Amino acid sequence: MELLSYIPDVIVTHLRISVTVPQTSLHRSCRWYSVSHLSVKERIDQKREAALQGGGQQRIEAQHKRGKLTARERVQLLLDPESFVETDMFVEHRCADFGMEQDRNKFPGDSVVTGRGRINGRLVYVFSQDFTVFGGSLSGAHAQKICKIMDQAMTVGAPVIGLNDSGGARIQEGVESLAGYADIFLRNVMASGVIPQISLIMGPCAGGAVPEIFPNWHSVTNEDVTQEELGGAKTHTTVSGVAHRAFENDIEALLNLREFFNFLPLSNQDPAPIRESHDSSDRLVPSLDNIVPLESTKAYDMLDIIHAIVDEREFFEIMPNYAKNIVVGFARMNGRTVGIVGNQPKVASGCLDINSSVKGARFVRFCDAFNIPIITFVDVPGFLPGTAQEYGGIIRHGAKLLFAFAEATVPKITIITRKAYGGAYDVMSSKHLRGDVNYAWPTAEVAVMGAKGAVQIIFRGKENQAEAEAEYVEKFANPFPAAVRGFVDDIIEPATTRKKICQDLEVLASKKQVNPWKKHANIPL
Amino acid sequence: MTLWMIGNMAAHSVPSTLKRLLFAVKCSPLQSRCCVVQREAQYSTISSPNEKTFDKILIANRGEIACRVIKTCKKMGIQTVAVHSDVDSSAVHVKMADEAVCVGSAPTSKSYLNMDAIMDAIRVTGAQAVHPGYGFLSENKEFAKRLAAEGVAFIGPDTHAIQAMGDKIESKLIAKAAKVNTIPGFDGVVKTAEEAVKIAQQIGYPVMIKASAGGGGKGMRIAWNDEETREGFRFSSQEAASSFGDDRLLIEKYIDNPRHIEIQVLADKHGNALWLNERECSIQRRNQKVVEEAPSTFLDPVTRRAMGEQAVQLAKAVHYSSAGTVEFLVDSKKNFYFLEMNTRLQVEHPITECITGLDLVEQMIRVAKGYQLQHTQEDIPINGWAIECRVYAEDPYKSFGLPSIGRLSQYQEPLNLDKVRVDSGIQEGSDISIYYDPMISKLITYGATRAEALGRMEDALDNYVIRGVTHNIPLLREIITHPRFVSGHISTNFLPEVYPDGFKGHQLEADAKRELLASAAVLYIAAELRSAKFVHFRVASTPVECSHWELCVELGEERQDVQISKSGTVYTVEIDGAKVEVWGALNLASPLLPLTVNGTHRMLQCQTSHCSPYVRVLSKLAAELNSYMPEKASEDTSSILRSPMPGTVVAVSVKPGDTVAEGQEICVIEAMKMQNSLTAVKQAKVKSVHCKPGETVGEGDLLVELE
Repeated sequence: MELLSYIPDVIVTHLRISVTVPQTSLHRSCRWYSVSHLSVKERIDQKREAALQGGGQQRIEAQHKRGKLTARERVQLLLDPESFVETDMFVEHRCADFGMEQDRNKFPGDSVVTGRGRINGRLVYVFSQDFTVFGGSLSGAHAQKICKIMDQAMTVGAPVIGLNDSGGARIQEGVESLAGYADIFLRNVMASGVIPQISLIMGPCAGGAVPEIFPNWHSVTNEDVTQEELGGAKTHTTVSGVAHRAFENDIEALLNLREFFNFLPLSNQDPAPIRESHDSSDRLVPSLDNIVPLESTKAYDMLDIIHAIVDEREFFEIMPNYAKNIVVGFARMNGRTVGIVGNQPKVASGCLDINSSVKGARFVRFCDAFNIPIITFVDVPGFLPGTAQEYGGIIRHGAKLLFAFAEATVPKITIITRKAYGGAYDVMSSKHLRGDVNYAWPTAEVAVMGAKGAVQIIFRGKENQAEAEAEYVEKFANPFPAAVRGFVDDIIEPATTRKKICQDLEVLASKKQVNPWKKHANIPL
Repeated sequence: MTLWMIGNMAAHSVPSTLKRLLFAVKCSPLQSRCCVVQREAQYSTISSPNEKTFDKILIANRGEIACRVIKTCKKMGIQTVAVHSDVDSSAVHVKMADEAVCVGSAPTSKSYLNMDAIMDAIRVTGAQAVHPGYGFLSENKEFAKRLAAEGVAFIGPDTHAIQAMGDKIESKLIAKAAKVNTIPGFDGVVKTAEEAVKIAQQIGYPVMIKASAGGGGKGMRIAWNDEETREGFRFSSQEAASSFGDDRLLIEKYIDNPRHIEIQVLADKHGNALWLNERECSIQRRNQKVVEEAPSTFLDPVTRRAMGEQAVQLAKAVHYSSAGTVEFLVDSKKNFYFLEMNTRLQVEHPITECITGLDLVEQMIRVAKGYQLQHTQEDIPINGWAIECRVYAEDPYKSFGLPSIGRLSQYQEPLNLDKVRVDSGIQEGSDISIYYDPMISKLITYGATRAEALGRMEDALDNYVIRGVTHNIPLLREIITHPRFVSGHISTNFLPEVYPDGFKGHQLEADAKRELLASAAVLYIAAELRSAKFVHFRVASTPVECSHWELCVELGEERQDVQISKSGTVYTVEIDGAKVEVWGALNLASPLLPLTVNGTHRMLQCQTSHCSPYVRVLSKLAAELNSYMPEKASEDTSSILRSPMPGTVVAVSVKPGDTVAEGQEICVIEAMKMQNSLTAVKQAKVKSVHCKPGETVGEGDLLVELE
């Protein structure tokens, strides 16, 4: 079940996970608000005060001891100072079983803090699960609070950020808790592609609090699998690909999230944001003229090209440690947010495989949904051959990337830096998939395959293979075959790439393209 | 004016747009460079157009010296041919030359030292002469002979002179015969302690005693009197017999606090020779020069003349033609002793060009063609002062410089400044590889006085942008501003004496620290303010209308609360009760950030790599909450190299016991017909190697372990 996978970016932090079973028998020695003769005003103040305290000083201290911040501290750090407007501070859970109805087990606001605020002046809705209250477990009330802000975010068209720190379902509530999850999931799905949804996992988030890990339901009660093995930050950023970035600690994660947020439009009704940039749009980058090595078997770092081209060398890479043979992330060109996809020749020669196809596809679809132009740097020798890939369904997964590029209606600019071989050439935002501007560098080679392999097939068993190979190189290992057919629009000097892209983006800002009406497409899942 | 910097190594971690930036905060007295626009020629341009030399010259070298020679050739209207290895095919010297020939693969023995290939290149291109630069084949008599055999001019001295001066012992004998001061000494069997004392007395104390067979300074003893001589004799003769089985002892004048001062000579094939004054090259590490200047603060006209005349005597004695350098050791009493003669153009020749106005390469070409010298000794001036810093890709915090390699992701020479010369052979995007010398450039500044040249050097270093490799600018800047250097009180032991525990970076004084923290805080605020500057919104945004901030700046382990207020474009930063005013254009895209801090111009640089000590700026809230964050656990996966993919091992570049530098290639794995170079993530010794070329490895297989 991949529900929040519609959520654009999940940022995992923290490898430490200490408490997994929601506390069922929480006791507090003194709860003063049961005294009934207080005035309403006093009761309001007391409830507010209690809500600010969450699960109480002791648990706050315990949270700090674990090197974690409280739900409120996180919100404060994430949002602009004094911009947080809280909702549902007085909501309490409605569970009456297992002694939960007692006053000492009621916490104003329950186990989540919700509201809206601003990040660099821009509106955002936030929920932050409070681990100090019942381990952040999800009650019906908790879910209802989250749903409320999600609904509001949808109506005004602003992103939702979830700061997750939850042990899972509130077991005492049973099906009500499950219903709560489903309510959130539905909204996740409805909001997908409408507003950016970002999850920051800051502690345990078993069960459904972040539904990507839904299959790990049992992790709440697991005995033999360590939390880190099952779903720690490292697993999800390097192996499973569920999470997109991992950070050292809460503060690093939250501050980076502020930075990341700046790349996003508030909703699918907004164009890609343009922020003030000090980098001139017609800056030439002479160092690119010889970045591609002469020998086509030699690797180079695609990140060097990306850093040199984008504004101020600032590239916010997504999933940097997963399927490293493809690089995806956000940057700005002349202040405007762009999504960048690039094959990485440094890793597995930059060839496409199952994981990199899926990573790329998801990123491309995110950009398309939120009007973010896509710039694609191509140096791909093909799809990775082998039984593991075939059995794993490379055809279906590779098709996802093709599907995503083909379907995208945002401005698409493609630069072939070197190899564009075989089917992978088609996939990588080629002209044929409605690329708006497709450039080739002089080092580009658009062909079915490398010269050696091609000659071995065409002239199998014949002599003069070397001669034939030289002929093949002369004919195909250059940008001309594609250029004479108009499959690339121009062969450009690498140094001018930034300037050209900036100019094209300016023109393409008014691009309008509509796909045929359909209920929805049927991407090969 | 107080000058301050934090090496190049101050870091500043800003959570917003300027994330994890490192600031090199440097001083730059901008006022001195105000409005001088016209650039002075760095060497003479008086090449007589009627003087025909060669049509085409091949430069048998690479990097900055090849570029340097090509520049003069262009000026003289001579066609140029570059030679290059395969990895250098898009190097600057190749682009500059009219023609280029690849002479082999990356290792120098297969390319730049490959005489056969270079001779072929000469034949193919029809070059009439060869300039060898320095290093490589420049002092190779075999090469000179082969050129002579083919009738190609060698732009340098005759083989006879190369041979004579190339041999340490022979050159000393020739020098002695030419009445050049040599280090008095005795080399042979000394039978008794009394004999040793007698020899020592003849030489004059202090003396140095060691076994002749022992190399370098090994087993060297210094004696200041007869008693110490006897003792030294006993130790050394024992050691000579036991360690080397060779009785011979070397007793030599010991030169305390020696300076390395060399005389540039220029001679023609008609018996004329000139001395072009001296170069002071005492600042060295591991016998390699780092900072040079001309003239020397130490020489008086009499000594200079004496040294110059002896150098010319030596040149004449070996019928020297072309440019050459006679190296001397000079003791604290201005006694000078011949060390050796370099029969080539020296790395540090530009400083001589700056003070004499001669183009040495041009002179070498003229002389090689057989022209007489154009100048007489009286024509050779000392015009002002010139300083040269060798900018290396190396880590100055390790033994004053261990090589570092990488790609120059950003590179900008301080050529916007007046009276600055940069001799380099690289550009932005160039690779500093393990195959060749890690020198990035020679940075030369000059002025009417030493103070002027030094001031300019500071500016130039501050305005030099180098990213992607570790470089030694922090050390260079520290040297040229050190009071001992500024006063001219230097010797070849300068670095170990001044930094006995190694170079640790610049130590900030209280004022300077405050200014650094204030500048970092201002940059943070500038970046924060810009983060909120968006154009067009559908949903109303609330701009952050703030003009007062409370921040916490961390400098290494230290933390400091600061308060900033902004009025107009001026920021006032309050630190510890003291106020610092900061003002600047704050172009956050520029690698150079000129700021005015308390009325003084400073040049800041931001770096994205982690260095120490670093500056990190946090909001007050973040800083408070930061105290709950656990200490970062250091992980060490750096000692193990695993194959990142299945493939075939093509090459293994290391063997157990080797020391690898960070970024150095360890082995190459071929996968999908693509060669992937695996590199060391830290400098370490190789513990074990678990793969060999030709072997197939799977993903995650252990390849090499480091210590």
